Amino acid sequence: MRNTRNGWKRGAGLAAAAACATLVLGACGSDSGGSIADQTKENESKAAEAGDCGEVNMAVNPWVGYEADAYVVGTLMETELGCKVNYKELKEDVSWQGFGTGEVDVVMEDWGHPDLEKKFFAEKGDGSAEPFGETGNIGIIGWYVPPWLAEEHPEVLDYKNLNAMAKDFATSESGGKGQFLGADPSYVQFDESIISNLGLDFKVVFSGSEAASITAFQQAEEKKEFLIGYFYEPQWLFADIDLQRVKLPEYTDGCQDDPAKVDCDYPETTLQKVVSTSWADKGGSAVDLVKAFTWTNDDQNVVAKYISEDGMKPADAAAKWIDENQDKVDAWLG
Amino acid sequence: MSAPTLERPTPSAGAEAPPPPPPRRSLPRWAWALVILGVWIVVWAFTKGQDTLEVPIRVQNDVQQSLTDFRNAVLASRDTNPIVQFTYQIGSWFVSVVDWFQRLISIPDLPRPVPQIGWLGVTAIATWVGLAVAGWRISILVGASFVSFGLFGYWSDSMDLLIVTFVAVAVTVLIGLPLAVYYGTAGRTGTAVLTTILDLMQTMPTFVYLSPIVLFFGIGASAAVVCTLIYALPPIIRVAGYGIRNVSSTTIEATDSSGQTRWQRLTKVQLPMARATIVVGLNQSIMAALSMATIAAYVDGPGLGQPVLQALIRNDVGGAFVPGMLIVVMAVMLDRTTTAASEASEKAARGGVDLRLRRIVLAVTGVAALVAVYLSRQQFRLAEFPETSWGPNLADAVDSFFTWFTDTFYGLTQALKDFVSSVLLNPLQELLAESPWWLVAAAILALAFVFGGVRGVAPAVVCLAGIRYLGLWHNAMLTLTMVLVATILVMALAVVFGVWMARRRAVDIALRPFLDAGQTIPPFVYLIPVLALFGPSRFTAIFAGVVYAAPAAIKLVADGVKGVSPSTVEASRSTGATTWQEITKVQLPMARGSLVLAANQGLLYVLSMVVIGGLVGAQALGYDVVLGTSRSEDWGKGAAAGITIVLLGVMLDRIMRASARETPLTHDPGKRQWWRPAAT
Repeated sequence: MRNTRNGWKRGAGLAAAAACATLVLGACGSDSGGSIADQTKENESKAAEAGDCGEVNMAVNPWVGYEADAYVVGTLMETELGCKVNYKELKEDVSWQGFGTGEVDVVMEDWGHPDLEKKFFAEKGDGSAEPFGETGNIGIIGWYVPPWLAEEHPEVLDYKNLNAMAKDFATSESGGKGQFLGADPSYVQFDESIISNLGLDFKVVFSGSEAASITAFQQAEEKKEFLIGYFYEPQWLFADIDLQRVKLPEYTDGCQDDPAKVDCDYPETTLQKVVSTSWADKGGSAVDLVKAFTWTNDDQNVVAKYISEDGMKPADAAAKWIDENQDKVDAWLG
Repeated sequence: MSAPTLERPTPSAGAEAPPPPPPRRSLPRWAWALVILGVWIVVWAFTKGQDTLEVPIRVQNDVQQSLTDFRNAVLASRDTNPIVQFTYQIGSWFVSVVDWFQRLISIPDLPRPVPQIGWLGVTAIATWVGLAVAGWRISILVGASFVSFGLFGYWSDSMDLLIVTFVAVAVTVLIGLPLAVYYGTAGRTGTAVLTTILDLMQTMPTFVYLSPIVLFFGIGASAAVVCTLIYALPPIIRVAGYGIRNVSSTTIEATDSSGQTRWQRLTKVQLPMARATIVVGLNQSIMAALSMATIAAYVDGPGLGQPVLQALIRNDVGGAFVPGMLIVVMAVMLDRTTTAASEASEKAARGGVDLRLRRIVLAVTGVAALVAVYLSRQQFRLAEFPETSWGPNLADAVDSFFTWFTDTFYGLTQALKDFVSSVLLNPLQELLAESPWWLVAAAILALAFVFGGVRGVAPAVVCLAGIRYLGLWHNAMLTLTMVLVATILVMALAVVFGVWMARRRAVDIALRPFLDAGQTIPPFVYLIPVLALFGPSRFTAIFAGVVYAAPAAIKLVADGVKGVSPSTVEASRSTGATTWQEITKVQLPMARGSLVLAANQGLLYVLSMVVIGGLVGAQALGYDVVLGTSRSEDWGKGAAAGITIVLLGVMLDRIMRASARETPLTHDPGKRQWWRPAAT
């Protein structure tokens, strides 16, 4: 009991010290920075003269290339059109669900989701979403190897030579065969069929996430290890490591229609924008901007590099690119 | 505090004889287990590769397809479905509550450029609350924690996490306490039903129900609150229910005799007397809530999970570490505060505090806190935490440490991976996953009978049938292999470090903080480091599971060994036993109850990391769950995998419980909990 009383006395002393510190902090804080009241007034007048844009709910799917698109458009909406942009970090599946409830207005980069299209586009689904044009980016999916391997063993770049090297690709996971590193389950993959239909002595081991695939390729390049796996462009990793694509039998129309019989390379994917139908119908400057937005893989890679390599915040990276590419931006804003 | 005693199950007469012959008293259990294993291996040699029920990755069977269809039907009906309308209403209510708090302390309340109360005001109030409920030591801890949130550059995310946790835990208490009362007073059937539901809530991987939650409650804060709620509810029901049930029956009888009503008995006797345990339950709920921070970020839940995930998508180890570390800081802060608060209130109730002095101190400091609030509403510097380079500097330091570490130990870690894979993992996997399904099922049932008698077999039959029905048998066996190997490693670590900690107080004090951190840091923070060390593989998943599960097991073993009566140890010493003999012949056998408990807990913790394993190359059930969350057409497969994980967990838990005749999923709340500091 004595102890407790002392405790409170000690507490009293400390509290007094803390109170003094607070007052001192307050006193020296007073002469620096603009006042909150001034800034509030300024914001009020700004809000009064802002346009009719209102709020835009922008889904941000979890990859850096997507962030580049979303923040460039979002930053323009905020600075040029006076919108309030709510960025929402979501996976694709959940983003599309949000179209119908008004929680998501825009998906900036869609790599193709037949099942979601069936559910939410007008022809077969509830019509809560609609495609809104291409982003101008081309998705290139394929089999890749680290650059050191392509350099020292150029024959690896043709699938016909893979069997001879299969043993080199073996790992603790591949049960004596060569290991083929499959990807995050979000992506459409036919590698098991391709491997069996081309008679390759490989086993698909799924990395399970993009982070796992990227780390595996980084380590393979750094430690000069054999690795072959599913990868794609545009992707920020290419700024760091120039992965080399392995040649597969060329894609022809329909060669991937039956998943069990696929024996050809992946087609090029044109990436598209998808928006909420009710948002698009409402119209306005923000809708026009999303419709007009289009850029190249190189453009996206620059912004993605600012974010991933240079560690910039997405909004800062977007602002920097906008600054450097005023002509392109002007074309979108019309 | 002595370790729980362990009874040998009395082998029931074996009236309804299952596949193997009932064990006779003449042979010990382990000998029967070896016989079963031997038969299994012989049959395996002739039948391996048959009927393994392996299915291609993207193929769904009818059960899985019907799960997918069900979800699609709910989705299609969302505009008219009254249940969805109702839950959506609740969801939007959560959103507005969270939003109100956010404007108060974390985001600009436009047109104000800053929140209503700035960092200084919030810190001052929090510190004052710490002082009021738990004394001056805790108030310093609270103040320092809040300052660290700002110092490392995550003030607003930290406040968001605090808000979501607060709202979720408040609702948890509202729903959980009445249920705890029911749990503590219900009969056998009621308890059994509720226990099963709680098991399900705790072992079902959150990823499975993430998108349905969004469907019912909406994106963002509402989904975050609800998924946190689901995970945080079981601990308070279990622990508080346990406390209520264990109020001494003589007290109840004594007060009953004075003619009290049931309501009076509950509010005047049972609840007050169980108060300490209820606070322990609340504490566990808060810890569970914090562990959902990163998962909630997958559906745009506000909080420190968001920067962790953002760093993850750009492979930024340091960037994920800093917010992850702040989650640990918050967990430690809330844990110590609630624990100390309950101790302080007990002391106050016994009249051990000078009330007048206390009132004066609280009044004076309260005024100071209000002044701080006022100032933080006026000045930018006191409203918005000034930017510092602490966060980036720490991130850089972590990055360079991590680079050095992987460069230095890469060869070693690869060798370790290959060794464990070829010696432990591959043989076991060969036996479990390459045997025909009926052989594995028969062997598991036989082992369940040997170790747990009929009480072990009955749940095993149900669970195995369920796993078979859901159609992911082969993957379930792959996952089971990894879970078993991870549990073996966890127990090896638990015995070595547990005994060491129990015998050397300095070791205990040095290791505790690391154990706390290992348990509360989100696994997403160390995914990339372990990937860089081991590559995407089953062993990587096992390693991540061990990091998460070992601390709990180590603490349980340490506590158990410490609990061995000193006079027994003394007696063995006087007979001239060596240290080794003392440990193996006295301390470990006498702490056997704790070892069993540690194995049980370790196993369930490992199981809860299966989905994380799917993200780092473990394949099997974890991958299926991730597949289900990622592609809507495969949702049913993910759900089936999730239920299969639950069934595996329940089966192993029930067999172990029947075998040891004690302790269910959560540990005995009467004992000191894993997250509490060692005796102070």
